[in-house]
This record gives sequence, C-alpha cells and structure tokens, in this order.
Amino acid sequence: MLEKLLSGPKTYYAWLLFLLCVIAGCGLVYLQQLRMGLTITGMGRDVSWGLYISQFTYFVGVAASAVMLVLPAYFHHYVKFKRMIIFGEFMAVAAVVMCALFIVVDMGQPQRLLNVMLHPAPNSVMFYDMLVLIGYLMLNIVIGWVTLEAERLGVEPPKWIKPLIYLSILWAFSIHTVTAFLYAGVPGRHYWLTAIMAARFLSSAFCSGPAILLLLVFLARRLTGFDPGKDAVKTLSTIIVYAMCINVFFYLLELFTAFYSNIPGHQEPISFLFTGHGGHLAWVSRWMWAAVAMAFLSLALLIPPSLRNNHVLLPFALVMLVAATWIDKGLGLLIGGFTPNMYETITPYMPTFRETAVTLGIYAVGALVLSLLWKIALGVKREVNNFGD
Amino acid sequence: MYNAKAVVAGIIIFVVLCTSPFWAGRTGQDYKKTGIVPPGDEKNCVENVTFMRAQHMRLLNEWRDEALRKENRTYIAADGKKWIISLQNTCLKCHSNYKDFCQKCHVANSVDPYCWTCHIIPGENK
Amino acid sequence: MNNSRRSFLKAAGLSVCALSGGIADVAGFPAAARAGIAPGRYGKGENALRAKRWAMVIDTRKFCGPQDYEPLVEACRAAHNVPHIKGPQEIKWFWTDSYEHGFPDDMNEHLNKNVRESAYPLLCNHCGSPPCARVCPTQATYQMEDGIVAMDYHRCIGCRFCMAACPYGARSFNFKDPRKFLPDPVPNPAFPTRMIGVVEKCTFCAERLAAGQMPACVEASQGRILFGDLEDPDSTARQALAAGYSIRRKPSLGTRPGVYYLI
Repeated sequence: MLEKLLSGPKTYYAWLLFLLCVIAGCGLVYLQQLRMGLTITGMGRDVSWGLYISQFTYFVGVAASAVMLVLPAYFHHYVKFKRMIIFGEFMAVAAVVMCALFIVVDMGQPQRLLNVMLHPAPNSVMFYDMLVLIGYLMLNIVIGWVTLEAERLGVEPPKWIKPLIYLSILWAFSIHTVTAFLYAGVPGRHYWLTAIMAARFLSSAFCSGPAILLLLVFLARRLTGFDPGKDAVKTLSTIIVYAMCINVFFYLLELFTAFYSNIPGHQEPISFLFTGHGGHLAWVSRWMWAAVAMAFLSLALLIPPSLRNNHVLLPFALVMLVAATWIDKGLGLLIGGFTPNMYETITPYMPTFRETAVTLGIYAVGALVLSLLWKIALGVKREVNNFGD
Repeated sequence: MYNAKAVVAGIIIFVVLCTSPFWAGRTGQDYKKTGIVPPGDEKNCVENVTFMRAQHMRLLNEWRDEALRKENRTYIAADGKKWIISLQNTCLKCHSNYKDFCQKCHVANSVDPYCWTCHIIPGENK
Repeated sequence: MNNSRRSFLKAAGLSVCALSGGIADVAGFPAAARAGIAPGRYGKGENALRAKRWAMVIDTRKFCGPQDYEPLVEACRAAHNVPHIKGPQEIKWFWTDSYEHGFPDDMNEHLNKNVRESAYPLLCNHCGSPPCARVCPTQATYQMEDGIVAMDYHRCIGCRFCMAACPYGARSFNFKDPRKFLPDPVPNPAFPTRMIGVVEKCTFCAERLAAGQMPACVEASQGRILFGDLEDPDSTARQALAAGYSIRRKPSLGTRPGVYYLI
C-alpha cells in the first residue's frame, strides 16, 4: 500500500515539501533549545509547564477521539461509519506521534528518556501514561493497517483483529483518563484537584477530536472528492454536539463548586483566567472570553438540527468549537493550574516566540504523518471504489 | 544466479565493512599505548588494577546508588581498606591529573562521559 | 551530542533487558540479577549522624527580619554551589518570604504584627508523604530511610512533574547551565554543581550529616534552628516542639512536612 505515497498531483508534493521546510526550520529552533536549555521558553520556577505539555494534553484527547467512530461501528454495528473509521484511526496515530514529541521537547534531559523504562516507577502516573500511549499507537497502527489492507483485497479483516479493536475502544478511554490523572492527582494545585477532570477531558476530547476529523474530511472531500457519506456526517455531528454540551456542563459544574462553596483556593485560578489580577486583564483572559463566546456560538449553531445539517454553516461551527476547546485545554488548563502559584501570588506566563516555533514544528510533523497516512487510505478507497455513495 | 559475481563481491564487501571495527580493534593499540600516567607509586586503586580498568564506571554507578539512595557512603574494599564514596573527593584526590589520566584513555577509547558537567575536575575549578 | 547519541543507543539496547527486570520488580520478585559488581562491602561512616526521621524546627521568634536569615541563605548557597540567577528561572534551595506567601492558608487578617511582618525561611519540607517522589517517573526523587527526600541528579530526565506536584514551590529547574552563574572557583569545590536540564532542591545536607556535621543553615543559625530526630522524644527538635507553639506549611494537604516553625 506504500506505493500510494509515490504518485499524486503536484500540489501533494508541494504540500509535503512545505511541511518538510517548516519541520526543518522549527527543528533548528529545537536544536537551539537543546544547546541553551529550556530557558528559551517562557516557563520558569513557578510556571514550570507551559505550551508543550498543554499541547500534549490536547492531542492525547484528539488521539482518544477516534473511539467516537470505532465504538458506534463495532459496539452498535453502525455501518455508515465504516468508510470513515480508517481516517479516525490514522488521525489518532498522527496525534500520538505529536504527543510523544511534545513530551520529548519538554524534557530537560531528553537523552535520558529511556530512564522511564530502565527505572520504572509504578507509583508515577507518567510511567503509565507512557505505557498507554505506546500501546495506543501500536493498536491504531496495527488495526488501521490490517483493516485497510483487507478492504483493499476485498476480504473480511482477519478474526484476530476484532479483540484488538474492542481493546482499542477501552484503551482510548484509558489514555485520556491517565492523562487527566497527571493533573488531578497532585495536591495543592486547586484548578486541577478535581475528580471531574478525567470526565471533562473525555468530553472535551469527544467533541473536539471528531470536529477536527470532520473538518479534515471536508478538506479531503474538496481536494479528492472523497465522500464520507451524508448520514455519517450527520451522526458524527450529533455526537459532537452531545459531547460539547456535556463539556460545557462539566465546566459549569466547576464554576458552581468553586463559587458557591466560596473556597478561595478553588476560585482564584478561575477568577484569574477570566478577570486577570489586580484589576488588569491577563492576556489569557481575552482568550478565555473568546473561548466562552465561541463555545456558546458553536452550540447555538450545532444544537438546532436545521442549522447543524447545513453544510455551509457546519464547518464554521466546528472551527469555533475546536478553538474554544483548544483554549480551554491548550491554554487555560496549564495557566490556571500554575496561577496563582504555590505562594498564592501571580507569576505571569506567556509562550515565547521560539517555544511557539518548536510547537509549530511538531504540528507540522503531525500534519506530515497525517497527510501520508490519509494519502494511503484515500488511494486504497479510490482503488476499491469505496470513495462515495 | 543472475550477476553472481557482482552479488558475491558485494556481499563480501558488505560483510567486511560491517565487521571492520572488530578487525581494526585487533590491530589497534591497548590501554598501555594511550600514554596515561597513573598516579603516584600506588600499585592498586580501591580495588586491583585489572578490575578497575574494566569496571570503574560500573563501580562508580554502584557507588552512586549506594551513597545517594542507601546513604552507604563508605566502601570497604576487598582488602579491608575503607574509602569514602565520592568521585570528586576520593577518586580525584589521587587521580588529580585529569588530562593525562582520565582524558587520555577516554579519548583513545572514544568515550565521552559527562561526569564533569557537575563534578569538578581538580585544578580546573569548573 | 556525540555522547547523548551513544547513551541513547546503549539505553535502547539495555531497555529490553531492563523492561523484563522492571516487570519482575512490579510482580514482587526481587531483582536479584542486579547484584553488586564491587568485590567489597558498603557501610555508613563512623561519624555519620543518624535518625529515624530528620526534622527541622525553626525558631522564628529569634530572628528579626530577612537580614537575619541572610547568612543562612548564603551558607546554603556556598555549601551547595547554588547559582545566583535572576528572574523567574532562578534556583532556590533556602530563601525567605512573607507569612502571607509561606502560609497562604492562614487568612487571619488580625494576626499580631510580629507574626504578620516577620520573614520566614522556606525550603524543602522533606515531607513524610512527599508528592514529588510519588510522581517522579524514574525514581530520581525518592525518600530515604531517615525521611530525607533526596534526588539523584544523574537520573533526572527534567520532566518537571515534581515541580507541578510540590505544594511548597521548593524545587528549581536548571533552565540554563548553572555553571555560567557560579564564580570560578566555585564556593565549595568539594561539592558538585548541577547540570542543565535537571531539577534540584534542598537535601537537608545529607552529605554533611554523613560526615557528622549539621546542615549548613543549622550551623549558620547559631542555635536558632534545631535539627533532630522527630521520632526521638529526647531530641532537641522534639523538646523545642513540646515547649513552644509551632506551625507547618499547608498541613491540610497530607504531605506531613518535616519543617516546623516556632512562632
């Protein structure tokens, strides 16, 4: 199937070349980080995790969201998803690759990475996070590749793949739960110390991940003519809107507990995120309010079926939804966790230009992996005439 | 076999190239020719020379784990002599000539231990 | 660069063996295969000070303002080659802050002036139940038998999970090469420096205890900081706790801090 990578229109090669250039450029910035240390980032003693770890967290969610296609297709025999599943699985592969890279660039001593396996610490959530992520990557590569090959040959997938698929469904929940435990298990960080963290993570993942998938599938439709199927899009949009409602609901639950209980520790991070400090809005506050606006606007456009099934409006609603969840989890989560700091004072954090460049480089690697894998999948679908209704 | 000659020749060249480090090692120089200068008149290090030559890094790793994790900061050598476990304050007291001892052999063996990013080489301060 | 590639390859090769060893560890089989390589034996030094659980009692009543703590802060810096770095990426082992910042849970607005306006030395609390050691993915941070929460800088991968987990802000990360911020020669040539990319913190001067000395800050405090065995009712630390009123930082988090403040 790899031969599908070798032929394509000029734009395909131009795109790959573009991505490689971005990766090379941002790679140089990373080399600088290796030489000078993490001092090139905006992190410090009080805000010791930043953009890298927050992006890691967000993309674990994107990876886990493949289950929103796999689960209905295999537990509920919803066959209309079957044409699209491979794209979800391959997107999960790209997302896990990004996660791994975000962890590596965040490390102070990346050449000691294997210490996690050489000196395993079963009491550390990070140890399990590594295990479940590697496992999930393997599961999705094997399942995606084997089912795609079976489709190409026009045969049923081998029987042994079924148990792996069921396992991958449970596994998807586990990766994001374990990632939430990274945060929800540490004392003294009020914004993170909440039992609902894993549930919030999952709900935000199950709306944002499929939304990104749908947007990318729409792009593929425009570029190649691949049609995921009208009903499949409709059902997935419904799943997205339910997950987003739950996500927003869970956030409101946090607000209730913090502000009705009137416990300062619980209130302060949220107050900081939305109103800043000492009468001055923090830069992140503007983003948080934008997220609120986009979250509710996307819900307004997604909840009424007539608007949801409007193919012109749907992409806009999905973009807003993705942006809102990204701000919540990709910025607010980390900044809220570290602000106020351990002395209940404010240490501002803003990603630096170079930190952002390294992050963009990893986005480009993710885009490259996704492009190549989807190219294969689209090529196979075209070959076996499973390209549309 | 099609193009048998070229294929066989290719395989032979490949095998020779892959195993070349081993052949080069046979003709190479041993530790004596690295020109290292052992300290003073001592016959032995904390243990005998053969053991130290082969195992000093492993011994240091073990010392590190014993000292840092179990707070066993004294090593009682096979000959009963007691040593305080410290690279910087015990090992380097004797082996004070870093350039002619540690470095020469490490360079000759193309190993590049990064002990010295934290531990201070005598005479060089930092 | 060369070195990191080599260690990476070595580690990659070893990891397979190590993984199986690790699994055996988890399953409850002692890793007997990891027997020592040294022909000799290991022991503690004759002068070594020992305790079941080391603890520190700081008599803040005997200090007036941050300038009184300055010699202690400097003693700590000098003993451990802690670099002077300015700004949010600084390295701190032992420093002072206000009551409000050190004990943010106590929101008593009407505390007496003396307590409210005093300076308080902050350092690693060497918790009885340390969250940093719990979250460390490589056991680079661990709790020793005598209660000291120690670090192995050789093993730290610089993931900074411990910094997120520590409720006292006691940990610092080497964002930059610390040697560039140290004088030449370093203040204490008998103690190593740290390297870029690892986390560091107060060690309760484990290396001094092993040589029969009290921690550097305790020594510099001239009796105003007591250091002793918390499990021994006759220790000076315990007697001071019995005689006065003491508080600890954020005790409600269940970390069981080992640093007490007499107020």
